[in-house]
Amino acid sequence: MFLFDTDWRFNIVKSIAQHHPQHDPAEASREDPAEALNQIYSRPRTAMLVIFFGLLLLAAGVGISVSFGAADIGFLTVWEAVFRYNPDLTSHQIIQELRLPRVLGCVMVGASFGVSGAIMQGMTRNPLADSGLLGLNAGAGFALAICFAFFPGLPYTYLILFSFVGAALSAVIVFALGSVAKGGLTPVRLVLAGVTLSALFTAFSEGLQLYFRIGQDMAFWFAGGVAGTRWMHLKIMSPWIGLALAGAIALSRSVTLLSLGEDIAKGLGLRSGPVKAACTVIVVVLAGSAVSVVGAVSFVGLLAPHVARKLVGIDYRWIIPASGVLGAVLVTFADLAARTVHPPYETPIGALIALIGVPFFLYLANKERREL
Amino acid sequence: MRTIEFTPAELRRRKRNAVTVASLLALIVLAFILSMNTGFIRLSPLDLLRTLFGSGTDQQHLILFDFRLPRIVISLLIGAGLAVSGSVLQAISRNALADPGILGINAGAGLAVLVFVAFYSSAASAPAYLLPILAWAGAGVAALLVFMISYRKHTGLSSNRLLMNGIAINSGISALTIVISLRLNPDQFQFVSTWMAGSIWGKDWSFVTALLPFIVVLLPYVFYKAHTVNVLSLGNSMATGLGAFVNREQVLLLAAAVGLAGSCVAVSGSIGFVGLITPHLARRLVGSRFQILLPATALAGALLVLVADTLGRWVLQPSEIPAGLVVAVIGAPYFLYLLVRSRS
Repeated sequence: MFLFDTDWRFNIVKSIAQHHPQHDPAEASREDPAEALNQIYSRPRTAMLVIFFGLLLLAAGVGISVSFGAADIGFLTVWEAVFRYNPDLTSHQIIQELRLPRVLGCVMVGASFGVSGAIMQGMTRNPLADSGLLGLNAGAGFALAICFAFFPGLPYTYLILFSFVGAALSAVIVFALGSVAKGGLTPVRLVLAGVTLSALFTAFSEGLQLYFRIGQDMAFWFAGGVAGTRWMHLKIMSPWIGLALAGAIALSRSVTLLSLGEDIAKGLGLRSGPVKAACTVIVVVLAGSAVSVVGAVSFVGLLAPHVARKLVGIDYRWIIPASGVLGAVLVTFADLAARTVHPPYETPIGALIALIGVPFFLYLANKERREL
Repeated sequence: MRTIEFTPAELRRRKRNAVTVASLLALIVLAFILSMNTGFIRLSPLDLLRTLFGSGTDQQHLILFDFRLPRIVISLLIGAGLAVSGSVLQAISRNALADPGILGINAGAGLAVLVFVAFYSSAASAPAYLLPILAWAGAGVAALLVFMISYRKHTGLSSNRLLMNGIAINSGISALTIVISLRLNPDQFQFVSTWMAGSIWGKDWSFVTALLPFIVVLLPYVFYKAHTVNVLSLGNSMATGLGAFVNREQVLLLAAAVGLAGSCVAVSGSIGFVGLITPHLARRLVGSRFQILLPATALAGALLVLVADTLGRWVLQPSEIPAGLVVAVIGAPYFLYLLVRSRS
């Protein structure tokens, strides 16, 4: 069965064996599950450093983002605008109404993509997996195409709402198709159902785009990224995203087990069905809302977990928070660049994310490392 | 000489596979006939026969031989080529999600077409051969780039590294594509997005003659190497243990896959879904021995694209739906049905 890259996992088991020659994890698992989990190769100290410096960088990024822009506003004014808001001043309004929600939106979106990508990769054990695999991007795109084709001029908030509904609906269909199959929900089946449904929805929306000639409008919408984020959207999104992030952290141990393979996970006493369902719900909430706000910049969801894994090892208890932080940093700086490269025009954020991410990703993917 | 005795189960399996392959062939013939008959001007079956044997009117002759037949032949060739290319890539990378697109083939070709369209004011004013050659070159350059970054002198190609670099290069190219496509005027944008949706736009015999050498050489080569693909699909260490020259075989087969997919994409535009889904479809029909799987994949791919192109020409007459979209619309539900029904 070659459907999954077995080398990837094989190397991990090998690396465990290399680092702990006397402990075979399968051997240890029979005695004590917790013991087996401790055998998994990870670097907690590096992980803590990565998260700490990531958060520091993020704070710096948020600060710079708020004060830089088409209109130059000094740090002091920014400080006042945040903590002693005076609605009569234009500069305070720019900060409060435009820049602050936008940068917070970036942080949320980046963290959501990062975390959901990490969960998807761990759950499906496929290094190519991201939240797009559940059909989220295609579903959101299809919903948007319908809105653009049949209800032109819908307000921004409704567009976001509809694309979230589209994303969630397609994820539910994928999950249901995977589950009703004989033999239950396997990672391969989930992935294949997701890819197929994505292709179907993408075909529908491309058909609509060609027929109604709305392709470029949609391209502009997706390129616009987080520019239209307002406090109201953040208020609607933040409780859900907060809950989902907490859930992701709570489930991270189970994701590590799933990432070792169904058999090992079962052997360690994990009930994989409910865990997978919970993971899917979390991914839908996180990536669904992120996709509907910025569009399919899913490269973040691929990149952040890979970078995190290279840095902190293969324990998802560290990978998940680290990829959340890294994703947030990436999107925040990409958006900063999107606004400042060519002001007052916006450069597409997806392009900038790739521009920043691709060289780094290539470097990490090709660096010779023993452990992965 | 030693005669080989088959177990009853093996015999049953072979018989079932033979039936599957035969019915695929029969369906292709049926689709071929229907497709010859599909279009703005109807040709009755009798007219068809008469024209085929050279005694139709000039108009019928023109329609059949200059418009419909080359397009049908091209559909069959691209279907087979893309499907086999996808099958080989999935086997070598041992990843269910790999398709020719993962090596940057579609993205590279798309970018080349985009740059071409952005610099020429309209596609019509340029020489007709420039576009497929550019697309082919774009596909080749992107794939070569992914290869070169991934190849190591001592360890060869690791499938994991290949996929990772493929993702990265793909994303980089897509980023450029986004930036350039926002600067196009609406007509140019429409042309590029129709191209990217996989409209089979190479429609005359010259495209058949350009495509045919690749298919005629590479397809039999891959079939001939079916045993090697079997072994490689078990993983590098297993394949080495079984005595395969893993590095060399991997590079050769990947080059063959790129050649197939690149030349097909240059003529058809990006029909990515065929390469992704047909190998899975065929595996669910005939099992996973590549000696039978590869030919079955080629047939299924050819059938899928031919049916898709025929439907695309028929549904919204006289305008056309790109075959790439129809492939997804008819292929996806059938595949989902197989996915839900089968156990493995």
